[in-house]
Amino acid sequence: MAKDKQPRLVIEPEKCIACGLCEAECPFDAIHIEGDVAVIDYDKCKVCRKCIPICPTNCLSVEGGKEAAPAEAAKPAEVTGKVGGYSGVWVFAEQDSGEVHPVSWELLGCGRTLADTLGCELAAMVLGEDVEDVAIEAGYYGADRAYVIDNPVLQVYRTSPYAAACISLISKYKPEIVLVGATTLGRDLAGAIATELGTGLTADCTGLDIDEETKLLRQTRPAFGGSIMATILTREQRPQMSTVRPRVMEALPRDETRQIEIISEDLALTEEDVLTKIIGFQADSDLDAPNLQYAEIICSGGRGLGSPSGFELIQQLADALGGVMGASRATVDAGWISHDHQVGQTGITVRPRLYIACGISGAIQHLVGMQSSDTIVAINTDPDAPIFQIADYGIVGDLYQVVPELIRLAKERNLKEKLLSGVAF
Amino acid sequence: MLRMVVCVKQVPDTTEVHTLIREGVPSILNPFDAHATEAAVQLKEKYGGHVTVLSMGPPQAAEALKKCISFGVDRAILVSDRAFAGADTLATSYTVAAGLRKIAGEEGLDLVLCGKQAIDGDTAQVGPGIACRLDLPQITYAVGVDEVDLEEGTITVQRRLEKGVQTVQAPLPALLTCVEEMNELRYASLPNMIKAARYEVEVWTAADLDTEPERLGLKGSATVVERIFAPPEHERGEIIPGGSEDPAGAAAALLDKLIEQAATSEE
Repeated sequence: MAKDKQPRLVIEPEKCIACGLCEAECPFDAIHIEGDVAVIDYDKCKVCRKCIPICPTNCLSVEGGKEAAPAEAAKPAEVTGKVGGYSGVWVFAEQDSGEVHPVSWELLGCGRTLADTLGCELAAMVLGEDVEDVAIEAGYYGADRAYVIDNPVLQVYRTSPYAAACISLISKYKPEIVLVGATTLGRDLAGAIATELGTGLTADCTGLDIDEETKLLRQTRPAFGGSIMATILTREQRPQMSTVRPRVMEALPRDETRQIEIISEDLALTEEDVLTKIIGFQADSDLDAPNLQYAEIICSGGRGLGSPSGFELIQQLADALGGVMGASRATVDAGWISHDHQVGQTGITVRPRLYIACGISGAIQHLVGMQSSDTIVAINTDPDAPIFQIADYGIVGDLYQVVPELIRLAKERNLKEKLLSGVAF
Repeated sequence: MLRMVVCVKQVPDTTEVHTLIREGVPSILNPFDAHATEAAVQLKEKYGGHVTVLSMGPPQAAEALKKCISFGVDRAILVSDRAFAGADTLATSYTVAAGLRKIAGEEGLDLVLCGKQAIDGDTAQVGPGIACRLDLPQITYAVGVDEVDLEEGTITVQRRLEKGVQTVQAPLPALLTCVEEMNELRYASLPNMIKAARYEVEVWTAADLDTEPERLGLKGSATVVERIFAPPEHERGEIIPGGSEDPAGAAAALLDKLIEQAATSEE
């Protein structure tokens, strides 16, 4: 029956939040917000479906007729004007004094797949002073080519000269895709570049792939504190830019036989042109802060500890396993522990081989920061705590009874030594 | 005398969001923006001057701006128009920058403060976007302002980086994005609460700003949302029994499982 009927846009009014996104999206002026609900004008609606994906509550759909792909998505990206002439997948190689942030190699691993799918080059964008070694290393991790600007003004990162260098390379060589690590530095840089180039930038992506039909980069990321995922496209502007969360993509194995072609460019900037001056730096090693982001084992404590002193026990567990101590937002907000231990949306995203959550209930804002850990263990008195839904192993019990036993057994079995020699985990 | 504007956003309280449906979720002033506002008020107390808050959003976002008034802010402006709906970060920074230009024309501008990011989108892109459009030095992840030298026209700021705290100096006008450690929020004073309750937020529409219509809202956005979906469910793991009756046994069983799993994954 439905087959014979004309397709028709319908709305579930009880789900509509009258946000107005569909009204703004509609090219035919066929949807209007009236009071607290969107109303469809059927004389104007062409069933183009553009409004359907934009709706944050999924309250729009088409009934009748056969399922068709959205009109826009079925059309290949216009290979004219702004889109035409752009080719290549580029990765920004983030480095500090020659030490490369591992996310750069992770992005080359992911970029390799994208470039092979598109049939184009994979290149690293290498900026700094005396950075040829970084360019060669980028080759070992999968890049075909490196675009290098070697200039003293780039010795330490500052936004304006780095953005100027990136913009000059991108404007000259026109890559189709530019990936930057969603690090402190990468997020500072990418926003400046994308705005100057007037192109789209998707933040903190956790998934990237190429749409088979349109060849567009599908950029998937969590939003609203990780409660929803969104797939985002940059349809008409180039390059398509993403920042990508560290510890999500896999780096390729380092291969010293791989050769890289190096293309060097100049940057007409000197120190006098840079207005922002760095006048001091206090490294965290002086402050005894944890390196959570790349820790292999993390033991975290939450509100279930009951008091700040509970972190002493968590630290003992971390020490017994050779791990690093983390914390939930609730404990940081309560002032029990410093912010640099915080795992989660407003803290640090981690992906250790083993994550042990002690007395952490598992608010979404925490889960989003640790759910891609290889193995998750939860210890909590509440069997209904959300943390158990993502834990590989759970113990329902009092952490003050279970954790001391874990510490005792880990020491007895000399687990730390085994971990260091790579026997266990 | 320091002329400051804080850019703020009203957001759904994501700590209250657990499903796709966001109906009935309370709206709050973005927490990072609250710290940026507090930072501006503290700078005003130290150096003199005034603080204006600016937001782009629907009419109900005026509530978030009133909250800022209770913190001790002098003036609040809401940039609100259907034409702005559906803006991505590119179109948002365009519109907010237009608002800042208008404010700068009226009262001058030495310092723009933003939160590090908004907790709904988590992009951290609008601050750098505004700095780029207004050609201001951008100082992201600020944790503290050491000094403002009004004679020299410079600001010295501490930034939270991944491996430490960096101190930078930039000429004014400049733009800061602030993190939570910047300050402790204070309770609003009674006079400021009364002022906030009675305050009428100024509303500017697209017609009040010097903007090109095709660069606003959804039309001016480079990115489109193709699909929104629930995050994949994790497979529920194994509960090791005996957690309360036999903690030692449960702990031993857990370590056995972990070692066994590690051994199989090594193969």
